Formats: sequence, C-alpha cells, structure tokens
Amino acid sequence: MSMPGMYVSPEQVMQDRADYARKGIARGRSLVALEYSDGVALVAENASATLRKVSEIYDRIAFGGVGRYNEFDQLRIAGVRHAELKGFQYSRENVDARSLANQYAQMLGQIFTHEMKPLEVEIVVAEIGHGDTGSELYRIQYDGTVVDEQNFSCIGGDAESVLERLREGFDSGLDRDGAIRLAVGALAGADRELVADELEVAVLEAAIGRRCFQRLDDSAVGAILS
Amino acid sequence: MAMPFFVPGDDPGTDFVELLRRTGHEPFGTELPGTIDAGHATTVLAVRCEGGVVVAGDRRATSGHLISHRDMQKVFPADRHSAVAIAGAAGPAVQMVRIFQLQLEYYEKIEGKPLSLEGKANQLSEMLRGNLPMAMQGMAVVPIFAGYDTGRETGRLYQFDVTGGRYEEQEYATSGSGSLHAGTVIKLGYRNGMTSDEALALAVRALWHAADEDSATGGPDPLRGIFPILSVITEDGFHQLSDEESGDVFAGLSDELSGGGSGS
Repeated sequence: MSMPGMYVSPEQVMQDRADYARKGIARGRSLVALEYSDGVALVAENASATLRKVSEIYDRIAFGGVGRYNEFDQLRIAGVRHAELKGFQYSRENVDARSLANQYAQMLGQIFTHEMKPLEVEIVVAEIGHGDTGSELYRIQYDGTVVDEQNFSCIGGDAESVLERLREGFDSGLDRDGAIRLAVGALAGADRELVADELEVAVLEAAIGRRCFQRLDDSAVGAILS
Repeated sequence: MAMPFFVPGDDPGTDFVELLRRTGHEPFGTELPGTIDAGHATTVLAVRCEGGVVVAGDRRATSGHLISHRDMQKVFPADRHSAVAIAGAAGPAVQMVRIFQLQLEYYEKIEGKPLSLEGKANQLSEMLRGNLPMAMQGMAVVPIFAGYDTGRETGRLYQFDVTGGRYEEQEYATSGSGSLHAGTVIKLGYRNGMTSDEALALAVRALWHAADEDSATGGPDPLRGIFPILSVITEDGFHQLSDEESGDVFAGLSDELSGGGSGS
C-alpha cells in the first residue's frame, strides 16, 4: 500500500537514526582505555559491581562497551564466540583485535542501515602488543565506523571533555598506577572525585601468563587512588 | 568467518560443544564401521592431600608392542584450579582435553565467573558420553579429573568410566593399564592429611611400581632427563613440577629403594 505524502529522504532517515543512537549513548557514563608502559588499562565509571562494562575476550584482547547494556553485552558474547572459534579452528596466535574490530564494524553497520533501530552502543577493542609491536586500540561506533586510536580512547556520554583531559595528562612513560590515576581523573573532571566502588578497572598485562586480562578489585583500586 | 550471532531463545549459551556443532564443527567422532583396538596403555593417578590434590602420569605412548613416544603428556591443566589426566586412545583423548579446556574458559568468559568444580566434572562426563560411539569401536578415553574446590576449600577428585559415569573419590583415583598396581601402592601408603610433598612421594612410588609391572607404563628416564609428570593443585592454582624437581622426587624414591625397601 502506497502512502502518499509520507516520503522521507534517506539523508533524513540516517540523520534520525544517528541522533537516536547518540542520545542513548550520551545518557551513559564514560569509559577510558589507555596504553601504558607494560599494557593497556580499561577504566569505566560503573556503579554496579556485577553488570560489567569491561570484559575479557581472549588471551590478549579486552572489550569495553557503553550505552545500552543488553546490546553491548550481546556484542561482547559474539566477540568471545568469534575469538574462541577462530582459535579452535586455526591457532590461538591467529586471534587478533583488528579482525575482531572489523567484524564488529560489519555487524554494527549492517544493523544501522537495515534494522528499524540502531544499536545504542559504542565499544572499544584493545589488544596488548607482542614484543616490539605496540598495543592496539579500536573504537567502533553505533554506525560501524572504526577508528584506530593512538595511545588512548574514550567512549560514552562525556567523551569530548574526557579526551581533552587525557590529552593534557598523557605521557608514553606512564606505569600502570599512573595510567589508572590519569584515567580516573579524566573521567571525574575538576569538580568531583570518583572512588573505587564507582569504578570498574581492568588491565591487559603480559606478565600474568597466557590470559593477560586481569580485573582490579575495589581494594586494589582504592590503594592506587589513595 | 562470520561473527556468530544468535537470536534470543535460539542461543547456545555457555555450551561450547553446542556452539561448535552450530557453526559446523563436529567435536567428537561419529559411528563408523569396523573397530580399532587402541587399548588404554598408561598409568595416571590423583591423590588427595592437605589443602589440595596431586595429579601425576607416566610419559609412555605405545602402539601394540612398540613404544611410539617417550615424552607424551597425559596430565593437563584444565583451568587455573583443576587438571585432567587421560588414559586411552591418544587422538580422541587429546582432542577431548582440548575441548574441555576451551569449554571451561568459554563458560568463565561468557558468565563472568568460573564453573564450580562439580560443574566441571559434569561437563567432562557429558563429553565422555559424546565419545561413546568411538569408545564402542575401541577408541575409549578414561580420564581422571581433580582440582581445588575454591568454594569448599579442599582438594577433590573424580574417576570416570567410558560411558561418562562419574564417581567422586575421597582418597585417590587411578586409570590406565598400570592402574591396578599403582592403586594398590597408594592404598597401602595413603594417610589422611598428608602434605603435598608426602603425596608426591607416594605418587612416584606408585608410578614406579606400575612401570615395574606393566610394560605399557614408562618409568623415570634419567639418561634423557624425562620423568613422569607431577603436578600439585592448591588454592594457589595448578603447578607442574619441572623435570629437575621431578628428578629430585624420584631421587628420594631411589634412596628409599636402595636402602632395602620393597622395590626388589
């Protein structure tokens, strides 16, 4: 059945979907991923101790998501499955963040253009480097745009001002604790202070064996911040 | 390779074997005509001790009367707090261990916390049931599963049969062609509340007697520096002794035997 007078231009459709997704993401609190001398730290403002924004994907790969929880958690699970199946079929060394980021981009792009509702999420995929290759950070947006980030990345509602503060404080020689303090300071801003139980912190660090992902509990985070 | 995405209600959840099947991989062999007698030439064992459990196994792999490998690994870490030791047809056994390790890690990542020790034992039981068609054709796998139960704060161990039957033992478990000899030695030497060092000494004595009586079980090979695999699982996780450390435990046994023990 044709509906005269109901024409909406493709530009308008895309614009509306992007606005819708951005509005959903802007409501949530932010997440920072940044490289330091021996690894990558992921720090999120998260009041819940059980509903995670930061997770392990594979031996050297971590995931961070903001926005609508059920949607980014579905992406996280798809990522774990993709990585595990690839490692099973080929070898554990063949699982990398770049290919995973591309898969996420394909999926988000497909949903953005073909489904009624875009996913209201933004995600980062981080991989700790091997030997002389550096760490990798990819930010993937609700529409499938992938950005290969240098040194640090921020996703979520207040990303622009958090990035501004990260740029001011970042130094390539940061150690783990210094990186976490910088990330927490950047998330909090000048007017407020964040304490351990409002934060979710994890690192990718090569020293801890095959599985590089490690969560830091509230007491460890408290000790770093004090 | 496309990203595996399922609609709610049709999602394989935390089951890695089901995920493999849904993406076109068959993890276990299916029924084929004919049989192969692959035997179960091996000795593996687990002994409970204070604060954990010791898991050990010999290194010999045989095909018929020939020795095919001298440094085979039959004891594997299943995850941080558990281990699986295998007896039976090498190909299916190693494949089962690999899928079991992946299943435990996969569950932990999807759920955000590890399976309970009993849950892990039940998973292995399911995999053995999946291998039953192969077992009926002579390619049986008979593992031992042991670990530290972080909830109950104690070592626990399980014995299995080819059909997936799962039997929790309180003191020790053995499997393979040398299991009768090894089991008798442990039975005579076992005491409640042994330290892990005492349990390791008992494990090497059992392995030595099994190798002494069973042609398909390998003993220590000091010329090549190859020793049976010895591991300890405690609250701190799985730890496999280095060849040097294993050599030292066997040196202790050698002193005991040459001092007029029961080894002759």
